[in-house]
Amino acid sequence: MNSDSSSARALSVAITGSGGSGAVTAGLILLEAAARAGCYGLLTRSSGPQIRGGESAAMVRFGMQPLGCMGDRFDLLVGLDWLNVNRFADEIPLDGEGVILFDPGVGAVPPALAGSGARQVPLPLKEQAAAIDGGRLNMVALGAVGAICGLPREALAAGVERVLADKGGGVLKASLACVAAGYGLAPEPFAALPAPAGGTDGRWNIGGNEACGVGALRGGVRFVAAYPITPASEMLEWLAPRLEQVGGSLLQAEDELASINMIIGASFGGVPSLTATSGPGLSLMLEGLGLAVASEIPAVVVNVMRGGPSTGIPTKSEQSDLNIALHGMHGDAPHLVLAPLSIRDCVFTTQWAVELAEHLQTVALVLSDQSLGQSRVITEAPVRTPAPLARRVEEEPEDDYRRYALTADGISPMTLPGIPGGIYTADGLEHNERGTPSSQAADHQAQLDKRLRKLEAFDYGPAWAEQHGAGPLAIVTWGSTAGAVLEAAGRLEAGGVPVRVIALRLLAPLRRAALAEALGGAESVWVVEQNHGAQLFRYLHAEQALPAGARSLARPGPLPLRPGEIVDAVTATT
Amino acid sequence: MMTVAALRAKDYKSDIKPVWCPGCGDFAVLSALTKALAHLELPKERAALISGIGCSSRLPAYINAYGFHGVHGRALAAASGLKAARPDLTVLAVGGDGDGFSIGGNHFLHACRRNMDMTYIVMDNEVYGMTKGQASPTTGPDWMDSKMTPHGPGVRRFQPAAIALAAGAGFIARGFSGDPSGLTRILAAAIEYPGFAFVQVLSPCPTFRPDHRDWKEQVHGLEAEPTGNAVEAARILQADDGMTTGILYAEELPVWQPRNQASASITEIEEEFRL
Repeated sequence: MNSDSSSARALSVAITGSGGSGAVTAGLILLEAAARAGCYGLLTRSSGPQIRGGESAAMVRFGMQPLGCMGDRFDLLVGLDWLNVNRFADEIPLDGEGVILFDPGVGAVPPALAGSGARQVPLPLKEQAAAIDGGRLNMVALGAVGAICGLPREALAAGVERVLADKGGGVLKASLACVAAGYGLAPEPFAALPAPAGGTDGRWNIGGNEACGVGALRGGVRFVAAYPITPASEMLEWLAPRLEQVGGSLLQAEDELASINMIIGASFGGVPSLTATSGPGLSLMLEGLGLAVASEIPAVVVNVMRGGPSTGIPTKSEQSDLNIALHGMHGDAPHLVLAPLSIRDCVFTTQWAVELAEHLQTVALVLSDQSLGQSRVITEAPVRTPAPLARRVEEEPEDDYRRYALTADGISPMTLPGIPGGIYTADGLEHNERGTPSSQAADHQAQLDKRLRKLEAFDYGPAWAEQHGAGPLAIVTWGSTAGAVLEAAGRLEAGGVPVRVIALRLLAPLRRAALAEALGGAESVWVVEQNHGAQLFRYLHAEQALPAGARSLARPGPLPLRPGEIVDAVTATT
Repeated sequence: MMTVAALRAKDYKSDIKPVWCPGCGDFAVLSALTKALAHLELPKERAALISGIGCSSRLPAYINAYGFHGVHGRALAAASGLKAARPDLTVLAVGGDGDGFSIGGNHFLHACRRNMDMTYIVMDNEVYGMTKGQASPTTGPDWMDSKMTPHGPGVRRFQPAAIALAAGAGFIARGFSGDPSGLTRILAAAIEYPGFAFVQVLSPCPTFRPDHRDWKEQVHGLEAEPTGNAVEAARILQADDGMTTGILYAEELPVWQPRNQASASITEIEEEFRL
């Protein structure tokens, strides 16, 4: 059995089952166990639309190097049962090198999977589970998977204890017994993974939605108003109690129209504020975002993208909200659009978005997506970045205080309610320097110029993109797809094709000059993204930021872009 | 924090000239509000007035306090966010009947039931004035003066006070711009009320509703003490002709407020992710 790549030696395991079968729980434990064994890892999940009882799949990949995407294929599929498993067939590519682990007692391997040619390994999982008081098939299967993958027993036990910590002693005991029993059932391990070299000190096991929450707290967010929506809700559920712990609060709003206006109100009061949503909610928030831009009140929205348009595919990922994020507001409304490049980067990018929005008194949209938000990663702890940018608050305004003063850098000192002598009325109506409504051409021109200037003149430093390599073949990408692109680049380099990757974190304002410099000398440029309309490709063209002949690899969700697909595309014509 | 001694009503007036038509009821509301603020000796910078869009939503700029003139229908949302984040401030949301009951109707319901400590003043003139005279939710079904609804809106009136009661508001009052001293008393009581205080102010529009001239004769005060009994209040409001002024219902109810208490550092919170 080979791992899926020589450059990123890793094992990919899929655990599938119907609702309540515990596929995701087993996956979470496997991820934690692999981490305890010294591996990096990534867990993504896929589920049907049912509220309860739907089928679900946990896909876990682990190996010796940090992982930013799923592989091209799976080494091992474990079927806890076969109900509706066909729905996952295209998400879990298997081949003749793969193994299907199952209990014949729950039925034969369905043709859609058997047709892959993967070796079938029947095990008496059900029987073993039945022999243990409170035993469950998923835990027996987990033990077998752990053994096949060469994970130590102790790591599995530690994983069980961590993930099932809240379940009580009985469940914990039965689960440990099941895992031990399953471990004994396993055939020869694949032994594809070398023994872990380093320790796991300082590594984190974190989900993308949680990571955005951490970034928000680090950035100083102390108020969140939001309306529940898939796949963003976990961020809100994580933040609610933790905001209280740091002296802030979360308010569940009646709708997204309320949540965006609530955070604008709170931010007007001086408290850094954020909301999280997904496409339909972002659509509802646009008018409010324009208000924040015009009245220069900092506001941050984390948009966890899912398949669109309309209700689309709520539970699955797509990078198709770039257009609305860039262009959704009416009027000329310059603002910030950022995208985290990995789960770990959700921390930095969200924190940076908060700091930029606060400092520049504007809107920052953070484009995360389901594949980041609802996945988990084993990663080095995200570094705490020092010296946060703060809001420019005028604590002792002069007599002639002007809230929207035309400053050189475009940032006007802001007073907050409670500060004597700083009274003003924030307004979405066009206004003069004092904030008094004005429909005069000169005021409109001056304020438009100012709101653009503050964003364009600011020095964003090197964080606008992550750059890798220096080959004549350049791949430009953004957001979550960066993970697959970077792995593809590693394979290309291992195959003797030098490649450079430019993964855009700051999408607006576009750093045109820096991008031009990064692309300098490239002979072939590809733009890779996960949407149907080639939204980044068209945007970069509109900004005249791409050389003629640049090509697009754009494919919609819900299937993730895989490294092999990217390698194939960029090598087919170069 | 009473750092300012003896502010007078005119101290709460800004130097910006209102856009309102001559004879607009909103002038009297502005005046009554400044008197109520002066009566309560509220430091100017501790008050924030939040509004949406419409004639009456222009009011915050005319008051010498912090103001926020947002988008149509969302005054209560912005005010709720501000109050949640800054409980130390005195927060007032102001606006009109279209802003509050039509485009902002959902926020009205949920602000009533959330019961945050703020005041909501709706200057009800039964018409959209800023867009030049269309029917609003409180316009009668047979009002024929709008080209947009040439047969009349044909829709029963929105009943702000009864709906506020049903939605859980604890303070419901109605004032009349033609009774400035009565309105001042109501506004002061509303601001002092610990919870969501809703004040519907009958504020005539001389431009698009000249028939409002009759309001002076039609308005009548509540001939009873304010009730704290919701059943009794419901009875009064069901029988009401919509022109009864006074405090129609007042009962202290649990107030929504953030339960923040710093008890952990971010570093401590992040420990949960460590292997």
